[in-house]
Amino acid sequence: MSECPSAIPFGTLTTEHHPRVGGKCASLGTMSQAGLPVPPGFAVTTRVFRDAKAHSGSEHRLVEIVDGALDGLAVITQDALEEVAAQARELLMTWEIPEEHETRIRQMYDDLCRLSGLEDVPVAVRSSSTAEDSPDASFAGEHDTYLWVCGIEDVLEKIRCCWASLYTGRAIMYRHELGYDHDKVDMAVGVQKMVRPRAAGVAFTLDPTNGDRSGICIDAAWGFGEGVVSGDVTPDNFLVDKVMWSINRRTISPKTHAHLLTEVEGSGHPRVSRVPVPEDRVNAPSLTDEEILTIARLARAAEKHYGCPQDIEWAVDDDLPAGQDAVLLQARPETVWSKKHHAVGAKPDPMASIVDTLVNPLYAKRRTQPA
Amino acid sequence: MADRFPSPFDISTPDGAEGWQELYTYSSLFGEERRDYEDAAFWFHDGVHWPEALTPWDTTFMEFAIASLSQYNTRHYLIPPAYGVDFRILNGYVYLSPVPAPAEEIEARVPLFMERAGFYFANWDRLYDDWLVKIRDLVKEMTELSFVSLPDMEEMEVITSGAGKGSGNELLASYHRLLDLSLTLWQYHFEFLNLGYAAYLDFFGFCKAAFPSIPDLAIAKMVAGVDVDLFRPDDELKKLARLAVSSGVDGRFDAGDVATVWEKLESDEAGRAWIAEWERAAEPWFNFSTGSGFYHSDKIWIENTEVPVGYITDYIVKVKEGVDLDRPVDALHVERDRVVGEYRELLDSDEDREAFDAKLGLSRTVFPYVENHNFYVEHWAHSVLWRKMRDLGKVLESAGFIADTEDVFMFKRSELADVLWDLYAAWAVGAPARGPGYWPGEIQRRRTIHQALKEWSAPPALGIPPEVVTEPFTVMLWGITSDSVSAWLNSGEGDDEGVLSGFAASPGLVEGPARVIFSADQIGEIEDGEILVAPLTAPSWAPIFGKIKATVTDVGGMMSHAAIVCREYGLPAVTGTAFGTKTIKTGQMLRVDGNTGKVTVLDS
Repeated sequence: MSECPSAIPFGTLTTEHHPRVGGKCASLGTMSQAGLPVPPGFAVTTRVFRDAKAHSGSEHRLVEIVDGALDGLAVITQDALEEVAAQARELLMTWEIPEEHETRIRQMYDDLCRLSGLEDVPVAVRSSSTAEDSPDASFAGEHDTYLWVCGIEDVLEKIRCCWASLYTGRAIMYRHELGYDHDKVDMAVGVQKMVRPRAAGVAFTLDPTNGDRSGICIDAAWGFGEGVVSGDVTPDNFLVDKVMWSINRRTISPKTHAHLLTEVEGSGHPRVSRVPVPEDRVNAPSLTDEEILTIARLARAAEKHYGCPQDIEWAVDDDLPAGQDAVLLQARPETVWSKKHHAVGAKPDPMASIVDTLVNPLYAKRRTQPA
Repeated sequence: MADRFPSPFDISTPDGAEGWQELYTYSSLFGEERRDYEDAAFWFHDGVHWPEALTPWDTTFMEFAIASLSQYNTRHYLIPPAYGVDFRILNGYVYLSPVPAPAEEIEARVPLFMERAGFYFANWDRLYDDWLVKIRDLVKEMTELSFVSLPDMEEMEVITSGAGKGSGNELLASYHRLLDLSLTLWQYHFEFLNLGYAAYLDFFGFCKAAFPSIPDLAIAKMVAGVDVDLFRPDDELKKLARLAVSSGVDGRFDAGDVATVWEKLESDEAGRAWIAEWERAAEPWFNFSTGSGFYHSDKIWIENTEVPVGYITDYIVKVKEGVDLDRPVDALHVERDRVVGEYRELLDSDEDREAFDAKLGLSRTVFPYVENHNFYVEHWAHSVLWRKMRDLGKVLESAGFIADTEDVFMFKRSELADVLWDLYAAWAVGAPARGPGYWPGEIQRRRTIHQALKEWSAPPALGIPPEVVTEPFTVMLWGITSDSVSAWLNSGEGDDEGVLSGFAASPGLVEGPARVIFSADQIGEIEDGEILVAPLTAPSWAPIFGKIKATVTDVGGMMSHAAIVCREYGLPAVTGTAFGTKTIKTGQMLRVDGNTGKVTVLDS
């Protein structure tokens, strides 16, 4: 492998980079490569982590703190664990990001600001450890994620916090129990734009009213998708044909409320809350035709990538330029209709089938819901 | 919402049209003798083929066509649930009523249908090849018919050959022959068509069962051919435009009027070579009507050369601008394969995929006939027949029976035999005919009536609608469904003001100013970027589709010839709105949504 860069945008992150970006970022890279536009951002690779570690000259000290302290104990108490964890984190927080890497990270954050048209674009800074790659361990939630991080100084700080989160008590314990060598686990960090949706919602890659696999059904409302998911706003609904890419059904609902970002006085963190929608937007479609088709294509790409019908969450980010503003937030397999068979069961003999068509024409049949 | 349409017996005669019934065959009129039957039936106005009031003779092809269609359903193939389609003329407009087979007969018709239709499906390609020969022979025979004025004296050859009969006999026989050939033409027309639609409907039904929301046009797209004879006339125009540019004779088309253009072309070798190419293309491809082909007044390219020459002149401009006029045939094939492949993959099981393949295969076997017959019958053969009728008109005009050749279409079909008898008998006797004193006045009266009928607006339907429209050919040929019937019943109740509904015949969403056109004569009024609103659009209007942004029609379904051309040109189209030309005014801003079939008047 050629020398790994310090930071790589998700869009150009290929499998070659996977060993150096951790599980979380590898997955974001895979989705980007599959045409699934995740919110934009970049991975800070394990190279930065390792170089910082090497420059610090405290590698041995770290091994001493962790292994030295724990190996001697017959039973690891919670207090002892937390003590060791605190010492390790304190040590890690003294590590400096080497200058050449910092320059690169500053440049990438700057690019993200420019793309979003914001001076200090709010980002999520996510831990992405190499142990996550392991098929037999999930490590989900073992490490820290920081939301609404604004400005490069804070981003740099939170990258080091993510590193430090390798040594939370529970992460140490988890590795210990699974027999991982602490020193062999590295930490990459994902820096990803916080989405500020103009509109958001969910999409199914089939028509949930009848299981029609040719349809993509989109629910959309103003602002964040929470209202669509929880059901406290009535969304617009669109049905798109996934072969012809025509919009076959559109139902515009009165969207009296939306979930929007509001500043909470003094907290420094914005919060999503349910607010009334200005009158002129209540009955306006929350998506343009172009956006509807973009989201449908995004859902179809997810279906093709994962090989089964999908239930996705998406958003149209107000900060991103048109054409790049539809993003995929989550994709999971659709579970209701995908498990049912709905074969047509036409008569195999062509003449008998034609007679059937003529004698019982489609237009006389009531549309029935398959059981 | 009303639950029925007006009774045909409650429709009043427009002012100035009193006595209109005398213009049409007695059997095609509503009447007290059949009132119980007629009042209980559902009748819809066939604006797809006959949007305007018919002149007396022009009812011929309507009557021949609908009777022939019916005959195949009822007597040849025994389509299990369907007899024929009954037809009436009311105030000059055509109303049709599908006749279901009696419920108790359906079962017995099934095995007969399977045997008879099965034979045609099994031998389709051979029978269709035979058909192409039959239809060309028929057109040749029509072309050989001759209508000339009776001579003062028979030629000596008539004496010496011992012919034993004369020119008058020949004239009467030729007219009878013209009618016989016309009826045969329409028999041939329906030899395959109903079966073709049945196979298509079977595939259509399968697709709708598998994918309830699949757009009709997606199904059409999977079946439709890419190289279709109906596109040939337009393709020939493009070829001629390219030839004009490549051989350097394009400048001569600036002259405008056809006579001058021709004169300039004939002046040198290159020009004469172009004319030779024109003549090669013109027979048969410019036997192409600017309308449905069912009206004597429809312009035929070969006789109204200003129409195709105008199109060629427009195409020359585009060729010189470097526009690629070719239909992207390869890309269309690729797109068709993509659509088929993706739906096929979405099917639930291999059994379904097998059925899908079989039904698509049969549909594609039958579809070339469905797509191509129209050129041979309505365009080519009708063009020849209209020409022959005009020859006959000239004979009557020179004998003083009528003031103008076109008056020949103001006679009823059967009446014309009597008129020719009058002409012949007077010629034979050497004494005055009654016609010259009788007909000019009568024809004037008929023209006045016809004019009043033309100004009348025909309601879309009459009588009692069926609960659900089930007759397959009504749905397929005329695009009449339970939905469109209820939309007609709802119209005028103002619950969706400024919004018209029709078939989503070709996808896309655009806004633009409306241009309302009632006939091919007005095509020249259309400007770039306008939305065409017309009773229907004929395939021969193809060259204007490069100018317009969308199409809205009063009549027609997914498979109307116009819908096919719109999809071809990638323009949004909403067909079968019933009231488009009545509601919309030229210049109004419209939003046409070809995805949902809605047309919105934005500044109503």
